[in-house]
Amino acid sequence: MASGARPLIAGAVALLIVALSLGSATVTALSATSWQMTAADWAAVRFTVVQSGLSAIASTLLAVPLARAMVRRRFWGRGLFLRLLAAPFLLPTIVAVLALLAIFGRSGPVNAGLQVLGLPALSIFGLHGVVLAHVFLNLPLACRMLVHGWQAIPAERFRLAESLGMGPGPQFRHLEWPMIRAVAPGAAVLVFLLCLTSFAVALTLGGGPAASTVELAIYQALRFDFDPGRAGLLAAVQFTLCAGVTLVAMRLTRDEGFGAGLGRAHPVPAPGGWRLAVDALVLGLGALFLLSPLAALLWRGVPGLAGLPSGVWVAAGRSLVVAVVSAVLASAAGLALVQARVTGARWAELAGMLPLAASGLVIGTGLFLVLRPFGAVERLALPVTVLVNATLSLPFLVRLLLPEARQVEADYGRLAGSLGLVGMARLRLLVLPRLARPLGFGTGLSAALSMGDLGVIALFAGERSVTLPLMVQRLAGAYRMEAAGAAALVLVALSFALFWGFDRMGARHADA
Amino acid sequence: MESSIPTIPSQLEDMMKLFPLAAALTCLASMAQAETPVLTVMTYDSFASEWGPGPAIKKGFEATCGCEVRFVTAGDGAALLSRVKMEGAASDGDVVVGLDTNLTAAATASGLFAPHGLPAAKSLPVTYDDPLFVPFDWGWFAFVYDKTKLATPPKSLQELADSQVKVIIEDPRSSTPGLGLVMWVKQAYGDKAADLWKGLADNIVTVTPGWSEAYGMFLEGEADMVLSYTTSPAYHLIAEKDDTKAAAPFAEGHYLQVEVAGKLAATDQPALADQFLAYLVSDAGQAVIPETNWMYPANTPAVGLPAGFETLISPEKSLMFSSDEAGGLRDAAVAEWQAALAR
Amino acid sequence: MLTLERLEIVQDDFRLTADWTLPMGARAAVIGPSGAGKSTLLMAVAGFLAPTSGRILWQGQDITAIPPGKRPLSILFQDQNLFPHLTIAQNVGLGLRPDLRLASDDWRQVEGALERVGLGGMGGRKPAQLSGGQQGRAALARVLLRARPLLLLDEPFAALGPALKAEMLGLLAELAAATGATVLMVTHDPGDARRFADLTVLVADGVASPPVETAALFADPPPALRDYLGREA
Repeated sequence: MASGARPLIAGAVALLIVALSLGSATVTALSATSWQMTAADWAAVRFTVVQSGLSAIASTLLAVPLARAMVRRRFWGRGLFLRLLAAPFLLPTIVAVLALLAIFGRSGPVNAGLQVLGLPALSIFGLHGVVLAHVFLNLPLACRMLVHGWQAIPAERFRLAESLGMGPGPQFRHLEWPMIRAVAPGAAVLVFLLCLTSFAVALTLGGGPAASTVELAIYQALRFDFDPGRAGLLAAVQFTLCAGVTLVAMRLTRDEGFGAGLGRAHPVPAPGGWRLAVDALVLGLGALFLLSPLAALLWRGVPGLAGLPSGVWVAAGRSLVVAVVSAVLASAAGLALVQARVTGARWAELAGMLPLAASGLVIGTGLFLVLRPFGAVERLALPVTVLVNATLSLPFLVRLLLPEARQVEADYGRLAGSLGLVGMARLRLLVLPRLARPLGFGTGLSAALSMGDLGVIALFAGERSVTLPLMVQRLAGAYRMEAAGAAALVLVALSFALFWGFDRMGARHADA
Repeated sequence: MESSIPTIPSQLEDMMKLFPLAAALTCLASMAQAETPVLTVMTYDSFASEWGPGPAIKKGFEATCGCEVRFVTAGDGAALLSRVKMEGAASDGDVVVGLDTNLTAAATASGLFAPHGLPAAKSLPVTYDDPLFVPFDWGWFAFVYDKTKLATPPKSLQELADSQVKVIIEDPRSSTPGLGLVMWVKQAYGDKAADLWKGLADNIVTVTPGWSEAYGMFLEGEADMVLSYTTSPAYHLIAEKDDTKAAAPFAEGHYLQVEVAGKLAATDQPALADQFLAYLVSDAGQAVIPETNWMYPANTPAVGLPAGFETLISPEKSLMFSSDEAGGLRDAAVAEWQAALAR
Repeated sequence: MLTLERLEIVQDDFRLTADWTLPMGARAAVIGPSGAGKSTLLMAVAGFLAPTSGRILWQGQDITAIPPGKRPLSILFQDQNLFPHLTIAQNVGLGLRPDLRLASDDWRQVEGALERVGLGGMGGRKPAQLSGGQQGRAALARVLLRARPLLLLDEPFAALGPALKAEMLGLLAELAAATGATVLMVTHDPGDARRFADLTVLVADGVASPPVETAALFADPPPALRDYLGREA
């Protein structure tokens, strides 16, 4: 049914990903000197799994009521609210940590409030702090995935349910719960995998060396000991962990068919009474939790804006280009993989998920070792960053696009086939318009993630390739905390603008 | 009936326009090749940044050498050494600026460096003479606090451990000051280092991956003290006109960080490399250091130190392991730290 | 002339065979108990289902391996006959060129087809803004423009009321007559078969029987059909 070109493109994309994620780890590991895991390494593995697991469960559980309230309630500024809620996910981790500290820290309003009430001060440091930060960072993602899930339940089902006299309870059981069963495990796994490779958050808020993650061990092996072999070994451990979780998740995730609705805008039923009160409370708390640190960021960043060194703006321009190019590349690659998967190629999905298991640091080092013989790497810094960022954001795109692409294929595959709608025409007339919403969201996400990424560029950077996150790091590393705060604000604003722009573009085209 | 279709081709076209952009970027980067000889200086990020010593030193040196100075950077000293090792003999680099004495043993062992032939530094509180590495600046590690918030700071590591004062430190596995503190405790307490760490455990709010996170959190009021340098208050005093920050003098003495530069053996510009190192430790080069790197110059320039530096504490006792000792002790000392702090 | 040559479709423990020919211009109903494989037969002819063995020929030419869109046929499904994100005109225009790169002449042709099915001036609307009957008409307009010699119908009007369905079948008959199309229509309603089809294919017990005259078949139903029709016959 598919034309010849698409699987070919998908195949090329898949090969590239495998080369980048597995190849780089192999290249890195080839210079191995020892193959021993120390007790500290195993402790790191344990802590990594525990904090990721808790973060994933907490993020997903909290996302369910929040997403539900967001989907079924209409209120002033809802659209803005929905988009703003995605912001924490787009924050560079270290910016997020400082933003959280501004609220939950020793001199933040939470502890000030507790003091007024005569309650003991709350410390953000420790496992609970790590989980809190990860929930702050990832709740928006889980929430958006669930919102999409809710929106994907055809209005006809709700109408049918209401016509059958189902109240909110039975509706939840028969329509919403199956959707949650299908979407939530995927969301939880995504959060889990994201937390698995977390490094700065776990270490900064963990409170001590007991809070070491595997990624930190990789960092240490590469940067301090220059032992790429050990890094490769640890990367393999991390990879196994990620792959195991992904496989379990694939088993847990049920692919629920909801059939096609006619795409009429029809809000999910919004019962009143105590349910309205609960939703309002959930929305209020969610907004407070997710938005107050952002407000603090704004508050602290604005004063320094005027005095920003000119290099910041140059770096910002560079970052924008890198982000847009890599996001567009990632979406094109993601679309190719998803379309290949939908027409039967299982490998395409696996290839798309592979980068989740790979460490950016290891990919970067592998590429460095491979590219080094071909000349000065700093000249390749930006292209390599584009490539790696695109690769690392691919799993999000695949996860976002796949369910909806499956739906499109199930609903319209035969009709398109019968009309001879193949190749580019099918992409243009069927796939892109039907996938506009998740594609816009995914491209925006990818752009924002790429914007905030510090990992690879730090390995390759030369004078002409300093990106904005690197600039923030440099400013903070030279006592210029105010300038760093302002530059971070610029970074966040740009990331968010990119995300917003792409997301809007998608939503507008989806208004069919 | 209009034939326009409300789909995404316009978006696709935008994408198409961007690919040449990426290609153009690559070209632009490779066009940087110039006719004049190029001296490639490998250093850490903040050295080469706009506000670091890099630009002034580049300008000053280029005025005399008839060459172009190009910086290649890595995150910090440790990352810098990693990069040097990764590039090996194939490196374009000519000079490496910004390793410290905890790294020189490994750097020497790599066999990638050549002798510099320069005289020993004049203004170090300890004697340091290494044929491969020439010091260009130094500083004492210290706990910095806010005088308006902490009236009576502890007077020693031991007093800190016995107190309720909250501190933020850096991780020795990923940061230079973090490793400096581990060595500090090791040299001051030897076999009893683990006990001191156990005493410090309840003072430590958190351990950050790098200096900037720790310092940022301290400024946000997350702790009473932060592990930094005796020179840190100078930044606030000179650049921000803020005299509330101070470093606490500790009775055990203060561990020293000496930052060094070296010439790569595989350089294709050996003469220029020698000239650059000489310039770096000359009066002109050293005068740049205090107010850009916020460290002490290794050779105090004729003009002296900037006003404000005289307010800094000047520990009577300096602690520092030799490169070889540091190299030999590091792993065990870090393991000891880790074991003592892991609850 | 549609020829199913020793056609066999096997899916798990389901099996269906067919070995017959449908003459040009014929209008045939496909009836039989649900689950017997009426739709399966249609999907095989349309190309969505590869037969286990045997061949499908049109005018003596083997089309078994040709992709659905390239077969000399149009198909209408039970639902999802229109893309909800495209306008009615665009949906119909797909019948002329699947890439929708249409010249102004083509758009006039689209408008003409829409007028022909009674949807003149509604080309700019989206399917959701149309009633069920109007959606069916739009799909028929596209069939008209595709002008393929064979038309497959998989109970396309099952959801419509009796009057509306009769109207749509009337329109269909009219269009088929005008274009000389051969029609194969799956239905579960014997009335549809009697009203619309001169020939009927009975699908039961794993066999799609050769088409026979509808009137004769219903006059003397074989046991399988008698069971299906129950007391009605």
